[in-house]
Amino acid sequence: MLQQPAKPDLIFTWGNPSRGDDALGPAMYELLQHEALDGVDLLTDFQLQIEHAIDLEGRERVLFVDASTSASAPFELARLQPEQDASYTTHAMSPQALLSVYRQINGCEPPPAWLLSIRGYEFGLGLPLSTAANRHLQAAFGHVLKLLDPARPADRDEHIVIPD
Amino acid sequence: MSSNLETAANPEKLERIVIEPLTRVEGHGKVTLLQDENLHIRQARLHIVEFRGFEKFIQGRPYWELPVLVQRLCGICPVSHHLAAAKATDMLVGATQLTPTAEKIRRLMHYGQTLQSHALHFFHLCSPDLLFGFDDEVRHRNIIGVIEDHPEIAKQGVLLRKYGQEVIRLTAGKRIHGTGAIPGGVNKSLNREEIDYLQKDIEQMVQWGQDAVELIKRIFFEQLDYHMAFASIDSNMMSMIGANGEFDIYHGGLRAKDADGSTIFDHVDYTGYRDYIREGVKNWSYMKFPFIESLGAEHGWYRVGPLARVNNCDYFSTPLAEQQRKLFMEAGHGRPVHASLAFHWARLIELLYCTEAIRELLLDPDISGTELVNKGALQACGIGVLEAPRGTLFHHYEIDDDGIVNKANLIVSTTNNNQAMNESIRQVSNNYLDGKQLTEPLLNQIEVAIRAYDPCLSCATHAMGKMPLEITLLNEKQEVVDRLEKRVTGEIQRTL
Repeated sequence: MLQQPAKPDLIFTWGNPSRGDDALGPAMYELLQHEALDGVDLLTDFQLQIEHAIDLEGRERVLFVDASTSASAPFELARLQPEQDASYTTHAMSPQALLSVYRQINGCEPPPAWLLSIRGYEFGLGLPLSTAANRHLQAAFGHVLKLLDPARPADRDEHIVIPD
Repeated sequence: MSSNLETAANPEKLERIVIEPLTRVEGHGKVTLLQDENLHIRQARLHIVEFRGFEKFIQGRPYWELPVLVQRLCGICPVSHHLAAAKATDMLVGATQLTPTAEKIRRLMHYGQTLQSHALHFFHLCSPDLLFGFDDEVRHRNIIGVIEDHPEIAKQGVLLRKYGQEVIRLTAGKRIHGTGAIPGGVNKSLNREEIDYLQKDIEQMVQWGQDAVELIKRIFFEQLDYHMAFASIDSNMMSMIGANGEFDIYHGGLRAKDADGSTIFDHVDYTGYRDYIREGVKNWSYMKFPFIESLGAEHGWYRVGPLARVNNCDYFSTPLAEQQRKLFMEAGHGRPVHASLAFHWARLIELLYCTEAIRELLLDPDISGTELVNKGALQACGIGVLEAPRGTLFHHYEIDDDGIVNKANLIVSTTNNNQAMNESIRQVSNNYLDGKQLTEPLLNQIEVAIRAYDPCLSCATHAMGKMPLEITLLNEKQEVVDRLEKRVTGEIQRTL
């Protein structure tokens, strides 16, 4: 089957694996791929684009995971709302803008969505993941597993900052 | 052919206006304008402020990794790098001819990439300028504005792009980081189920391709004189060309024509590109300035990409695109079309071509073939060239006896257009900004001229996009005397 039915949860990571700490998103994708996750689709890409609005269709919850140059270490988790920001004026979109595109092209509200921003520091071409970023990745990974724990209440915290 | 605005005579006496970073282009770029006390523009430059270090990234890696590795150079057109590197490694492994299945699968992948790239650029990045005008309210001048006013167009853009991505996914094996093209061929063909899946929507894509061309023509002809004149520059043009002069973006020889359409060189074997193309450097930009050697640096710069390709080719092999090419060429009245905004028109003719070419290939039994790879004796040098969405892309590698890359040279599409983009902003500066107080709509015209080239100035990183637009005015002592910022909300504020 070429197109699998959408699972209720989507975790969408993005970044360039060869751009230092920009690899935090794809690295999270790699870690999660080794977990037995029921009802969860994993997707990754270099960056968010307009067609990814289609990937949000049929979801109950969406978690975006990205590296951040400004988040508090090791990571921040925040609830997202559709927002017509100016990120669509570059080749890369923000998840808020993607949610907004979803709303516009589908004529309905997008699924509830959160952004997990993992703090990174170095983004040069060819650089490996920094030691600090790797530590933050592990902390964020543990938190994602907790979020996916079916025993956990569905109404999760809307904005979490974990002290480093 | 270079204008006189590249370097001012006494720049220390002029005010400097900086537009940084550019919006709706990829990567790090800024425009500086030097303005004298009478508001006359004396110098205009597009700077590329990031050094990418592609060659260093590649050196020391085994050649067989190249098609996968180089996708990480750029998050915008990874498939173009994937295929250019694959073509170079074909040469390294002595595969002088691909199997029909391998070549057609690669072509399918390339058409999918070009389709999705062109769809993104037109529907997402530039149509707001064209649909609403350059001086439209900033907040309205974006994809959301397009969706609100033209919901069907915006949705078509999303779905056209998605279709192109699906072609890539099925031919490359994965949604991203695909491994489809390998040295000497491909590692998979398409099965019946995959072909049926792509055929299901292809007629709709062809129709939307036609609609897109009709839309750009309507926009273009509504203000024909303006669109033909805006940022228009006479230039040489270079592109790949098929053996019979037909439009071909995957393989062929190099053709260059001058501003009047006369041939400079034709059907040049691209492995000898260094005999025809030189790369100049300037101390104010990290990006090189390629030029045609026989014409020299001053007169030999050229344009690549959709405008050059449609102007240069003798015909399209698909009927709908060929019909549109003929109409396009009529706009030049016997000369090539030089209007920078005609890039958009040419880009959509190419989009239409890609939909037709995909439709043809999906009916070709070779795409289900089982002979996937050819190889011969290992060679020390491999050069792969193709027409990426933004223009001619060169990959050149040399390897040692162990197959390790010890030399790499890449000329990426946007680099080929470096001088041309500079010339276009100088034309806009001369015609629309000179003698005026600078305002956001006026400055947007600079960006509109650059966006016509759909430049890809860098790779996907988090260093971009923090502040979509910042304009700083400096006096002759380099003191900041004024600053305009365009916030992420689209709001413009004077912050000094």
